[in-house]
Amino acid sequence: MTSILTVDDSASIRQAIKIALAGEGYTVVEAGDGAEGVAKAGAGDFSLIITDLNMPVMDGLTMIRQLRAKPAHAGVPILFLTTESDAEIKAQAKAAGATGWLTKPFDPEQLVRIVKKVLAS
Amino acid sequence: MSLDDPAAIFRQEAQDLLEQIELNLLDLARRPSDRGLVDAVFRGLHTLKGSGAMFGFDALAAFTHHCEGAFDRVRKGEVAATPELVSAVLAAQDHMRALAEERDAPQAEGEALLAALHRAVDAAAGGSPAAPADAPAATTWRIRFRLPADALVNGTRPLPLLDELRDLGPCEVVALTDAIPPLEALAPTECHLGWEVTLVTEHPRSAIEDVFIFVIDDMTLEIEALGGEPEPESVPDAGPALAVVDAASESAVEGKAARGGDTVRVPAERLDELMDRVGELVIAQSRLKQVAASSAEPSLRAVSEEIERLAAELRDTMMVVRMVPIAQLFGRFRRLIHDLARETGKAIDFVTEGESTELDKTVIERLADPLVHMIRNAADHGLETPEQRLAAGKPAAGRVVLAARQAGAEVIITITDDGRGVDRDRVRAKAEENGLIAPGAVLSDNELLQLIFHPGFSTAQTITNLSGRGVGMDVVKRTIEGLRGAIEMTSEPGRGSQISLRIPLTLAIIDGLLVRVGTARYVIPLAAVEECVELSVEQDLRSTGRSLITLRDRLVPFIRLRELFRTGQAPDPHQKVVVVATGQERVGLVVDQILGDHQTVIKSLSSFHADVETFSGATILGDGGVALILDIAHLVAAGQRRDAELRATG
Repeated sequence: MTSILTVDDSASIRQAIKIALAGEGYTVVEAGDGAEGVAKAGAGDFSLIITDLNMPVMDGLTMIRQLRAKPAHAGVPILFLTTESDAEIKAQAKAAGATGWLTKPFDPEQLVRIVKKVLAS
Repeated sequence: MSLDDPAAIFRQEAQDLLEQIELNLLDLARRPSDRGLVDAVFRGLHTLKGSGAMFGFDALAAFTHHCEGAFDRVRKGEVAATPELVSAVLAAQDHMRALAEERDAPQAEGEALLAALHRAVDAAAGGSPAAPADAPAATTWRIRFRLPADALVNGTRPLPLLDELRDLGPCEVVALTDAIPPLEALAPTECHLGWEVTLVTEHPRSAIEDVFIFVIDDMTLEIEALGGEPEPESVPDAGPALAVVDAASESAVEGKAARGGDTVRVPAERLDELMDRVGELVIAQSRLKQVAASSAEPSLRAVSEEIERLAAELRDTMMVVRMVPIAQLFGRFRRLIHDLARETGKAIDFVTEGESTELDKTVIERLADPLVHMIRNAADHGLETPEQRLAAGKPAAGRVVLAARQAGAEVIITITDDGRGVDRDRVRAKAEENGLIAPGAVLSDNELLQLIFHPGFSTAQTITNLSGRGVGMDVVKRTIEGLRGAIEMTSEPGRGSQISLRIPLTLAIIDGLLVRVGTARYVIPLAAVEECVELSVEQDLRSTGRSLITLRDRLVPFIRLRELFRTGQAPDPHQKVVVVATGQERVGLVVDQILGDHQTVIKSLSSFHADVETFSGATILGDGGVALILDIAHLVAAGQRRDAELRATG
C-alpha cells in the first residue's frame, strides 16, 4: 500500500487531499506544520510528501531542506502547494529539493494526475 | 476583500478564468476549427468546475459541469464550433459569472441556457460534423534529454517520465551511457544517464515539453521533429455575420508578457486609501511650505523644499500605480460587437488601437457605460445593413474603430464608424418636433450636431433592442463632463461619424488656479484656463447690460462671480477675467484677485451637496482653509446660455 504524507496547516486542504487520494487507493497521513511533517516522515515510509509552504512553527521550505539533508529521505518525491504561479517561489522550493508543484486551487483530478506523474507506477 | 479568504481568492480567479474563456470563445467564433482554442476553452471550464467544487461553489460547479459535458463533444471533434454554439456557450458563461459572484441567478435561467446549449450542439452535430482533416497528422519526434545531477535525490524519477512519453504515442527508448564516469569518480546518488526517445504522436511539441514540466528549467532537452514541424492549421473563413479584426494583437501580446512578470495583486480599496494619504500629505506639505516661507530659519526652508520635491514624486508614482491599460476595457467591447452583429444581422469589422494607453482605474470604470452606449449607437444607428452598404458602393462589412492615445495630461478616445453619417434633416426635424429649435432656425453644421447631445434626443426611427434604452447622448455627455472630460462629434453624410472624448488622466489631483472672489477663495482647473486679462473700469461699466468683453476682436461672454456668489462687497478696483474653455465654447470669469497656481487635491462634496451644480468639489489649502473647485463645464454652459438669452431679448 502506497503511503503519502500531506503537510498543511489548513485542515480543509488536508481533508480535500486525503479524500481525493484515498479514492485512488493511497494511504494518507496528515501533519499540521513542517516540524510535525519532519517527525512523521521519520516515523513512516512514505512514497510521496505533499506540503504547503506557508505554515506556522516550521515553513515548507525549511521542512524540505531538513528532509533532504537526511539520506533516508533522498529520492522521495516532494510536491509543494503554491497559490500563484510564482517563478521565484518555485525556484526557491526546487533549490531546497522539491520535486514539483501543484498550483492552488486544484481539483481532485489534477491532484491525482500530478501524484501519478511523480510516483513510479 | 481578505486575501486570506479562499472563497474571495476563488472569486477573483473565477473572474479571470471567465474573462479568458470569453476571449477564447470570441476568437473561436472567428477561427472555428482552431483546436488550440477549443482546448483552451475546455481547460478553462474544467478548472472552473474543479476549483468551484473545492471552494463550495456547488451551483457553479454543477452548471459548469454540464457546459463542459456539452462542449466536450466539440473538443472530441464530434461537432463543429458553429456561431450558434459559441453564442450559447457565451451566454452560459455570463451565467457562470453571476454564479461565481453568488448573485441571484435563478436556476430556471441556468436550465434554459443549458437547453439552448444542447440544442446548439445537436444542431451542429446534425449539420456539419467537424471535418476529419481537423485531426492533426502524427509527427515523429526525436527527444534527447539529460536530467539535472540532483534530480534523483530530489525525487524526480526517470521511469514515470518515460511512461508519460509512451502515453503520447509509440516510443523507442535508448539510454545514453556516454556520460557515466569511471567507478572511482561515480557519485551514486547522481543521475548520469541520458535518454534518446523516438516518439510518434499527433500531440504538439508543448505536450512533450509538459512531460518535463518540473525539471525543464534545469535539464538539457532537445526536441526535434523529423521531417519538419507540422504547420499550424490554416485559418478558415470567418462566420457569415461576424468578422473581428484584431489590429492590436501586438499590444495584446505585450500585455500578456507584462502580466507574466513579477506582479502583486492588491485590493483596489487599498490603492484608494493610499491615494487619500498621499493627498493628505500634499496638503500638509503645502502648509509646511507656508510656514517655512514666513520663517527666517534657512534650514526649515531647505527641509520644506526637500519634502515638496518628495511629495510631488510620491504623488506622481502613486498616479502611475493607479494607471491601468485601457485594453481591459476595450476587451469587453469585442463581446458587445459580437452580440450586436448577431442581433442586427450586420457584418462588423471591429478594430481597436492603442490598447496599451493607460488611464486612472476610476476613470476607466466610469468610461465603460458611456463607451458601451456610443459603440452601440455606431453599430446600430451608424452602420447600414450589408445590402444598403453594397448599394452605396461600400464593402458589405461595416467598420467600427475604437482608438485611444495619450496627449499630454489627457487621453483621447475616438469611436469612428464608416456608416451613413448623421442625417442632418432628420436631426433638424426631430429637434423642431421636440421644440428644441424654432422651425427654420439658421444653425451652423456644428450647432446642428450639438443638438444630439441635448437631453431626450433620439433619432432612431424604430427603437431596437440595442439602442434607445432611455439613455441618450446627453447622459453620455454628462458622464464625460463629470470626469472633467469633453466630447465632440464630427460626421460626414454617407462617410461615417467620429466621436472623440478627451479625458484627464486622473481625477484625484489637479493643477489649479487659485483665485479670490470677495473674501472666499476658489480653484479653477488650470487645464481649462486659456488666459487671464484685466477688466478695466471702463470695460466694467460699459458691459453692465450684455456681459461681453472683446478679446482680440472676439466677443466673449463673461460671468461676474461676485454676483453669482452674492458676496455683497464692493469689487476690487482691478478685477481680473479668467477666460476658460471647454471644447469650442469659452467664457470669462470675473474674479477679484488671482492668487497663483495650486496643487489641488480634490475632495468630493458630501451627498447633501450633490445637487450643487457650480462646484465640482472642494480642496484644503495650505493654511487649513477650504476652497471650492469651480465646475467649468457647467459655468461655460451657463455663460453661453445667458448670452444666447440676452441676444434673443435684444
